[in-house]
Amino acid sequence: MSTPLLEISNLKTHFFTRAGVAKAVNGISLTINKGEVVGIVGESGSGKSVTGFSIMGLVDEPGRVVGGSIKFKGRELLTQSVEEWRNFRGNEVAMIFQDPMMTLNPVLRIDTQMIEAVRTHEKVSKAEARKRAVEALAMVGIPSPEERVKAYPHQFSGGMRQRVAIATGLLNRPDLIIADEPTTALDVTIQSQILSEMQTLCRKTGMSLMWVTHDLTVIAGLANRVAVMYAGKIIEEGAVEDVLDKPLHPYTEGLVGSVPSKNHRGEPLYQIPGMTPSLINLPEGCSFRMRCPKATEKCHCEPPVTETANGRRVCCFHPNL
Amino acid sequence: MLAFLIRRISQSAVVLLVMSLLVFVGVFYIGNPIDILIAPDATPAEYARAVHELGLDKPLWEQYTIFLKGALHGDFGNSFVYNEPALKVILDRLPATLELAFTAMFIAVIFGIPLGMVAGMKANNWIGRNIMRFSILGFSLPTFWVGLMLIIIFSVQLNWLPSGGRGETVMLLGIPVSFLTLSGLAHLILPATNLALFKTSLAIRLTRAGVQENMQMDYVKFARAKGLSETRVIGLHVMKNIMIPVITVLGMEFGSLIAFAVVTETIFAWPGMGKLVIDSIGVLDRPIIVAYLLITVTMFIIINLVVDILYSILDPRVRLGQER
Ligand SMILES: Nc1ncnc2c1ncn2[C@@H]1O[C@H](COP(=O)(O)OP(=O)(O)OP(=O)(O)O)[C@@H](O)[C@H]1O
Ligand SMILES: [Mg+2]
Repeated sequence: MSTPLLEISNLKTHFFTRAGVAKAVNGISLTINKGEVVGIVGESGSGKSVTGFSIMGLVDEPGRVVGGSIKFKGRELLTQSVEEWRNFRGNEVAMIFQDPMMTLNPVLRIDTQMIEAVRTHEKVSKAEARKRAVEALAMVGIPSPEERVKAYPHQFSGGMRQRVAIATGLLNRPDLIIADEPTTALDVTIQSQILSEMQTLCRKTGMSLMWVTHDLTVIAGLANRVAVMYAGKIIEEGAVEDVLDKPLHPYTEGLVGSVPSKNHRGEPLYQIPGMTPSLINLPEGCSFRMRCPKATEKCHCEPPVTETANGRRVCCFHPNL
Repeated sequence: MLAFLIRRISQSAVVLLVMSLLVFVGVFYIGNPIDILIAPDATPAEYARAVHELGLDKPLWEQYTIFLKGALHGDFGNSFVYNEPALKVILDRLPATLELAFTAMFIAVIFGIPLGMVAGMKANNWIGRNIMRFSILGFSLPTFWVGLMLIIIFSVQLNWLPSGGRGETVMLLGIPVSFLTLSGLAHLILPATNLALFKTSLAIRLTRAGVQENMQMDYVKFARAKGLSETRVIGLHVMKNIMIPVITVLGMEFGSLIAFAVVTETIFAWPGMGKLVIDSIGVLDRPIIVAYLLITVTMFIIINLVVDILYSILDPRVRLGQER
């Protein structure tokens, strides 16, 4: 097989806070191939966003990537110079954030913000860059883009702003888009519109997509593969249908069980007992064992990664095999 | 926009009217200027004539009506001391004060904003902390004391700069200015620095707070995620957001620079309006005092109006006339 587009191995990103070291990303490995849509699911605080920011080289203070490697088209990212990072961001990988109200600069016009994104990577004229901005806006379904491009962010609704952010991400035709819960802040109809537009875009352009969310139903309709994160680790990974139909890890099982479905109307929803552990004082061994119905003495040790058929991986002593 | 202007102007007119009345009555009750102005050995007849000439024998309300009628035509009465129209006496001194205030604001902006940016970005290192220490000093040391220290150090001890006066002036567009001659500039530096100290500290704090707040924002991260250089992220994205509050506050503060100039002008014998009004209060020269206050308040009103308009130009989210 050819080199994968993105190859993360044993990545560790820790936050050195006053209270202690928060191991937000604690040794994850993930591969994304060209044209693939990979979903990352997990509870709030499981390290999904930090994974995205690590790939972009944008981890905030007091955080730092402390180990592992991120290879993009076979090239190591973590040893890049400042200038190489700058050329990489937005050009080869683009990222879209959770809150569309905050991602655009409120005092700059949309065209300014889109044109600069083009011209920082390519020496094209302003007119050419603007033309591309208008095309990108049209592609994400903004009506009369020639006029709207001259507006300020506050003149757009939340859904429209998120489209603008997506369009900005598309400007330099990146190979991969990291979408960090871009539809969570939007209402359901807008959410599904944007989802299907993204799906079409990926198919049309051969772009890969890493879709971060805590909503399993979104992943079901969108992704090829899914990685489930828990407390800074990927505890299960595999093709979407497999993972959703037959979850191997007890945590994934709980997640799937807590999604409301038509067949079980009226019955109480399943709840995973307990709380997410503090990332500063992670329990020894499996970090899910305190909440796990299957936990045994063994789970005080680091659980092994088991690989099964068709590229499934699970990190547990007691998988549902 | 028009409705906004009309409302503003009518509000201002009321403010001016009320203030003139207060000052008029206030000065009347403080004392009788004749007692100060006239020679101690004057006869009662001379005394009575002087009182009559200045119109001080009329009842207060009549004096006020006469003043008001004159004021509507731009005549604030003659100064008791200079025996010239009060407005002219003040306007003669206005350029000196404005030059001082503008220079001080210039100093505050060119030092305060860059220092504030550095302090905001390097909040935890020694440079940032020292800048903040300086700004605390600038806030808390009294202006008059700093002025005296500046004179003692730079004029008396080091003998580098003159301690008072305006130096040589040249005419620029019909207005005498100091900053274009070497001697004038030398005279301007100390008082302008003295006056600028407080506003520099203010500019540092505002800019620092703005930088720290804005650097946390998602739009900064998104701008970086687009691959923009740090220069552009800070120089354009962050700066443009910070400039809105900084310009607004500093603009509003320009009026208070003119008011604070009273202290600095007195210490450095700077021949501006501030020194004039202090001298005039000493001799209860009512027309000058009233005219000075009216002019200062008018300037405040105009400055605030200009700042509001500027604000609406800078911040695309604000439209004038809408209540925020
Ligand atoms: N700036 C920071 N300072 C300190 N700790 C941080 C910082 N950013 C993230 N963390 C730590 O990293 C952990 C994971 O954060 P992350 O934002 O990746 O969660 P997430 O999975 O994206 O959650 P959500 O679904 O709520 O977005 C947090 O719980 C926190 O402990
Ligand atoms: Mg997140």
